[in-house]
Amino acid sequence: MGLDIRIGKIKLKNPVMVASGTFGYAKEVEGLIDLRKLGAIVTKTITLKKRPGNIMPRICETASGMLNSIGLQNEGIEDFIEEKLPYLSKIGVPLIVSISGETIKEFCELSKILDNEKAVKGIELNISCPNIKVSAFAKASADRRRSQFTVHSLIAQDKSATYEVVRGVRRTTDKTLITKLSPNVTDIVEIAQAACKGGSDAISLVNTFFGMAIDIHTKMPRLGNIIGGLSGPCIKPLALKMVWEVAKAIEKPVIGMGGIMDGDDAIEFMIAGAKAVQIGTANFVEPGICEKIIKGIEEYLKKNKIKDIGKILGNLQSK
Amino acid sequence: MKDIKAKILFNEEIGLSYFKMELRAPEIAQIAQPGQFVQVRCTNTLDPLLRRPFSVHRVRSLQSIEILYEIVGRGTEILAKRKEGEFIDVLGPLGNGFTIPSEVEGRTPILIAGGIGVAPLVFLAEKLREIRNPKSKIQIIVLLGAKTKESILCEKDFKKIGAEVHIATDDGTRGYNGFVSELFKRILRTTHHASRITIYACGPHPMLREIAEISKEKNLDCQVSVEEKMACGIGTCLGCAVKVIRRGGEEFIYKLACKDGPVFDAEEIIWD
Ligand SMILES: Cc1cc2nc3c(=O)[nH]c(=O)nc-3n(C[C@H](O)[C@H](O)[C@H](O)COP(=O)(O)OP(=O)(O)OC[C@H]3O[C@@H](n4cnc5c(N)ncnc54)[C@H](O)[C@@H]3O)c2cc1C
Ligand SMILES: Cc1cc2nc3c(=O)[nH]c(=O)nc-3n(C[C@H](O)[C@H](O)[C@H](O)COP(=O)(O)O)c2cc1C
Repeated sequence: MGLDIRIGKIKLKNPVMVASGTFGYAKEVEGLIDLRKLGAIVTKTITLKKRPGNIMPRICETASGMLNSIGLQNEGIEDFIEEKLPYLSKIGVPLIVSISGETIKEFCELSKILDNEKAVKGIELNISCPNIKVSAFAKASADRRRSQFTVHSLIAQDKSATYEVVRGVRRTTDKTLITKLSPNVTDIVEIAQAACKGGSDAISLVNTFFGMAIDIHTKMPRLGNIIGGLSGPCIKPLALKMVWEVAKAIEKPVIGMGGIMDGDDAIEFMIAGAKAVQIGTANFVEPGICEKIIKGIEEYLKKNKIKDIGKILGNLQSK
Repeated sequence: MKDIKAKILFNEEIGLSYFKMELRAPEIAQIAQPGQFVQVRCTNTLDPLLRRPFSVHRVRSLQSIEILYEIVGRGTEILAKRKEGEFIDVLGPLGNGFTIPSEVEGRTPILIAGGIGVAPLVFLAEKLREIRNPKSKIQIIVLLGAKTKESILCEKDFKKIGAEVHIATDDGTRGYNGFVSELFKRILRTTHHASRITIYACGPHPMLREIAEISKEKNLDCQVSVEEKMACGIGTCLGCAVKVIRRGGEEFIYKLACKDGPVFDAEEIIWD
């Protein structure tokens, strides 16, 4: 039975990867899962400089999901190369490093550094970070309206900013480039198309949905940052729909995620058009869950006598 | 650290919405240290989704562990309904527990609990007693803070191992009338061996801050077990950040309650 797939230049023995920010740098999970079984490992997002992260509380559970506002806490690229990469290199599973920056220059500096690292097979661009140019403009107009709300504008919400970032990074590296989209947009397809035009080898989606929760006794937001990103089973139908839309519209492979908890959920994403999947929040519930998800996919294929996983890709039926 | 399906050996109410659960978990029992915790999946459905952290309350003959918990929300409510004989997912032991000084002889440990914060301190007291010369005259002093006399927990467990137990209730129905931190101040005034005291505290944030301040004033070693919202319990989600002082320069750094803690040196924490 063939579970192996290819994303850009990366060969994966199965389509199950761990999602950025939900698996640390793999060492944390050592002993709780056979890491060699994973299709690929995506690291927590790395930035050029160390980021302390947001104020507490950073986590809040919601109905069948959770909100987080971690704030991309990480020790920066230098520390990553020195402290985390040696361990990750030895696992024997394709390594995809997630990066983020506030300017195109920052993204490019990061990708140049990673381009020199043989162990790094792919780069995932986390463009769900503030879009400085647009933010500055929007903030100025918001100030004029004396708005009390902070304006949040992401690179991933702007098709030309998305295109510019991807194109910039593309020039710095031949490694497989994956662009990770934010679902907080009106039309996800145009952003996906912009990323492909910029030279992305694949598109991954979705990152978390903006959300909030309030403690009615204190009337305080449950997150220190007031708003956060929603993930887990509650976002699955929303994510699935976006994956379906994007997969129909682009040629490049789509990596789907959002609330996958078992093999059946993963299959659902594949039928919608995802060539591979990423597992996020589920890792917190059960650190060994990816092994079970891989088994679940195998069982589905066996039961339905499907020889090659490619056969179910985008195979959504209509009446 | 192991993720196991543990059989529930016991799960009963021991007073005013406080429950004790015993779980068969030799892999965890054999290596758990006082102050460490486990992540329990209250139910296998998708809501509630995340595991809940609970301190290792006691270890029994290296075969099972006990947790002591209070019903405060959906997860603990469901946990209380789980039946003997059922299996439940338990991940542990997690985190860094209390540090027990290498020369315990001649030191007086004072264990201070606020409400359900007593949970890890019983295990600690038993460990301290175990490694101490049985003839030693030095006392383990325990201060128990509770809302009212019915919610005082584990008094018997501490007395059984010969600890000196003092009680404070918010409503004055038993012992000192007021907060356990005030009782702590009083006890310090009447304790003579002040220089050789180690404080171990667990309870709500404001109580821990008080205890930390008093300890600092009196120059006492103080370890606190803190609580923060956490998703994974193993350092991957970075949810349970604790602000600590950075040695040498910079304002502060974040450590993780689940991995670096839950027990911290009180002087390290920035209490804002
Ligand atoms: C390291 C650690 C050890 C703990 N040990 C114990 C223990 O031995 N016994 C015990 O009864 N409780 C312990 N707790 C707290 C326990 O985890 C929470 O009470 C529990 O998660 C609540 O779940 P729930 O679904 O019932 O409540 P929820 O519906 O999630 O919340 C109800 C209330 O509990 C608070 N709460 C929720 N999660 C946490 C949390 N992780 N920490 C603090 N408060 C929380 C919420 O703010 C809310 O006020 C510990 C927490 C930590 C971090
Ligand atoms: C605590 C937490 C931290 C995350 N950190 C990152 C991150 O650093 N970079 C990133 O691209 N996505 C991050 N994500 C988003 C996930 O990778 C994933 O896109 C999202 O959670 C949806 O998938 P899920 O429902 O399976 O969790 C994070 C999610 C969570 C819950």
